[in-house]
Amino acid sequence: MVSPLVYFKDLFSGAITYKDKRNREAPNPFYVMVRKEAGDHIRSWRFIVMLLLVVLTFLGSLYVSLSHIGKAVSNIKDPDRVFVYLKLLTVSDGSLPTFHIFISFLGPLLGIALGFDAVNAEQQNGTLARLMAQPVYRDNFLLAKFFGALLVVSILFVSLALLMTGGGMIITGVLVEPVELLRILGFIVLSILYIGFWLSLSILLSVRFRNAATSALTAIGIWLFFTVFYRIIVNLVVSAMLPDSGMLRPEDMLSYNNLLLSLLRFAPSQLYTDAATTLLMPSVRSLGPLTMEQMSGAIPSPLPLKESLMIVWPQVTGLLAATALCFALSYYLFMRREIRS
Amino acid sequence: MQNPIIELEELTKSYGSVKAVDHLSLTIGRGEIFGLLGPNGAGKTTAILMMLGLTEPDSGIARVCGINATSNPIAVKRKVGYMPDSVGFYDGMTAAENLMYIGRLNGITENELLPKIQATMETVGLADEMHKKTSVYSRGMKQRLGLADLLIREPEVVILDEPTLGIDPTGIKDFLTLIHRLSRQQGLTVLLSSHHLHQVQQVCDRVGIFVSGKLVVEGNMDTLSRNLFGEASFAVQVTFRNNPDELRGHTEALMKLPGVRNVTLQENGIDISCAENITPDIVRFLVHQGLDITSVHKKEFGLDEIYHRYFENNQKHISNGKSTGLFQRSFFRRNNV
Repeated sequence: MVSPLVYFKDLFSGAITYKDKRNREAPNPFYVMVRKEAGDHIRSWRFIVMLLLVVLTFLGSLYVSLSHIGKAVSNIKDPDRVFVYLKLLTVSDGSLPTFHIFISFLGPLLGIALGFDAVNAEQQNGTLARLMAQPVYRDNFLLAKFFGALLVVSILFVSLALLMTGGGMIITGVLVEPVELLRILGFIVLSILYIGFWLSLSILLSVRFRNAATSALTAIGIWLFFTVFYRIIVNLVVSAMLPDSGMLRPEDMLSYNNLLLSLLRFAPSQLYTDAATTLLMPSVRSLGPLTMEQMSGAIPSPLPLKESLMIVWPQVTGLLAATALCFALSYYLFMRREIRS
Repeated sequence: MQNPIIELEELTKSYGSVKAVDHLSLTIGRGEIFGLLGPNGAGKTTAILMMLGLTEPDSGIARVCGINATSNPIAVKRKVGYMPDSVGFYDGMTAAENLMYIGRLNGITENELLPKIQATMETVGLADEMHKKTSVYSRGMKQRLGLADLLIREPEVVILDEPTLGIDPTGIKDFLTLIHRLSRQQGLTVLLSSHHLHQVQQVCDRVGIFVSGKLVVEGNMDTLSRNLFGEASFAVQVTFRNNPDELRGHTEALMKLPGVRNVTLQENGIDISCAENITPDIVRFLVHQGLDITSVHKKEFGLDEIYHRYFENNQKHISNGKSTGLFQRSFFRRNNV
C-alpha cells in the first residue's frame, strides 16, 4: 500500500512544475494560432465597438425588464412567473426589444465583424503566404480563425450571463433555480452557435472574395436580406399561392400555415428566435400552430427543461448544419487554393 | 551531383492553356547559392511554390531534402524557409512579436524563444528596432526581418522569391552580402529568384535562366558565357591613331596569335575575339608593330549580355518555332558546379 503522503507530494510544487513543463514543451501550432487570433480580436477596435454595443443593449434590456419585474412575477395567469431570472431576460414593456431579439439582430453583425476579413486581409498583407510556408496544416489555420473568434464571443456571452445572474441576485434577493441557470446557459450556448453560424459564413466569404470590403458588404447584404426582406418575400409568395381564405377548410389552413413557417425557418434568425423563446419561456409548448384537440385538457404550466430542449432540437440542428455547411465550403475553397502574394 | 538537396524532375504546371512551368528538371546541391533568373511571368514563383508543396504540379516530382514536396509538404516546410516576393507582417505587432509567433508555430519552446530572437535580429542587423511595430518598418527592413523570420527556424534550405525587389542599391548590396555570408557560415543552401542580373551575379554560385516555363541555360558564370558565346567569350577592342589602311596588313598576323578566334576591322580600330583573356599579348604585339594605340577596351560578358544574347536568339525561335529543341540541346548544359 502506497503511503497517502505520496498523493500530496507535488501538491505545492505543482504550479512550478507545470510552468516549467510548459516552457520546455513545444506548444501545439493550432493552440498558438487560436491564441494569436483571440489576442488580435481583443485588441482590435471593431471588437471593442461591438462589445460596447452588445453590453449597451444588454444593460438597456435589463433595465427595462427590472422595472417591470415586479408586475411580471406577480401575474398569476402567467405560468412562468416563478422563473425570476428568465423573466429578467424576456420581460419588456414594448419600449425596447428583449435581449434575445436584440441578439438576433446584433449577433450576425458581431459574427460578420469578427470574420469578414479573416483570410483575405492576410492574403492582402502578404502574411498568408508566409504563414502557409510554416509547417502547419491549412485546416488548422481556418479552424483557428473560427475558434479564436468564437472563443472571444463565448467569453463575452458567458460573462454577461453570469453578470446578469449575479446582479439579479443582489437586486431581487431571489436565489437562482438550477433549472433557470441551465436554461440561461442553454440560451447562451444557442446564442454562441447562432453567432458561430454568421462567423463561419463571413469566413467563407472572406475565402471566396479577395477584397475585404466585398466580403463585408456581401455578408451584410445576406444579413439584411434575412432580417428584412426574407419575411416579406415569403409572405408575398404564400399569399399568392393561397386560395380565397373564406373557401379554405381548417386542415388546408393549417397546412398553409405550416408551409409558411417552414419557409420562414430557412432564415437563421427565425431559428434562433424560435429556439431562444422556447428556452427562455418554459410554457411554450410548440413552435407551430396547435389545434383545439391538441390543446384540450392541457394545463398551462411550464415544461421541464428536457421537453423544451426536445422542442428546440430541430432548430439547433439546423443552425449547426448551416454552420457546418459554410465551414465545409470554406475548406473546399481554401484547401487546394494556390496562395500567392 | 553530390549531395543534391533540391531535385526537380520534369516538373510541369499549366494554368488553362498556358504552361507556367514546362518540364523543369533541376538539381541543386547542398550549400550552394543558386540564382533562378527570368523575366516577370516566367514561372519562377510557380516553380518555387511547387518545391514547397504550396501548389500541386500537373506532372513530375519535386523532391526537397529527399522528401516529396507534393505528398508531404509539412515535412518539407520544416526544413525549408520560404520568403515570398512581397513579404508581409502583422502590422499591429512588433517585430519581436511577429518572430515569436512564427517561432511558436515551429515548435520553439518558450525558454529558447527570446534568446533566439535576439540572436537572429542581431545577425540581420535589426536588434535596435526589435520592439518597434512592423508598420513603421521600411521596405528594406522588412526584407531583413523576413530573413530573420527564416533564420529563426534554422532551415536547411532558404528560398527567396525576388528578395531584392523594391530595395535601394546599397540595401540590395547589404542584403546579398548578408545572404552570402550566412550561406558560407552556416552551410545554408540558398535558392533565390530575381530578374536583377547584376546582383545575382555577385552572390550566386550557379544560375539558371528561366523563360516561359523552361530552364534554358544553367551553370556557373564561366560555363554560361562559354555556352552562349561559344569559344569566343572574350573580346578586345583596340583603337588607333593610325590610318585604317595601315592596319589591314596586321590582321592576318593577329590571327596567328594563340587563342585568337576572329579579327574584324573597324573604322579606326580592330575588334578581336578570343577564347582566353590575352589582352596583354595583343597589346604587346601591336606595340611591336609600331602602331599608336589610343585605347584598349576589354569587353566583359556579364549576365546582362548573356541574358540579352539569349533573348535575341529566343526571338528567332519564336519566329521559326521548330528550332527551339535544337537551341535547347546546344545550350542546355548540366552538372557544373
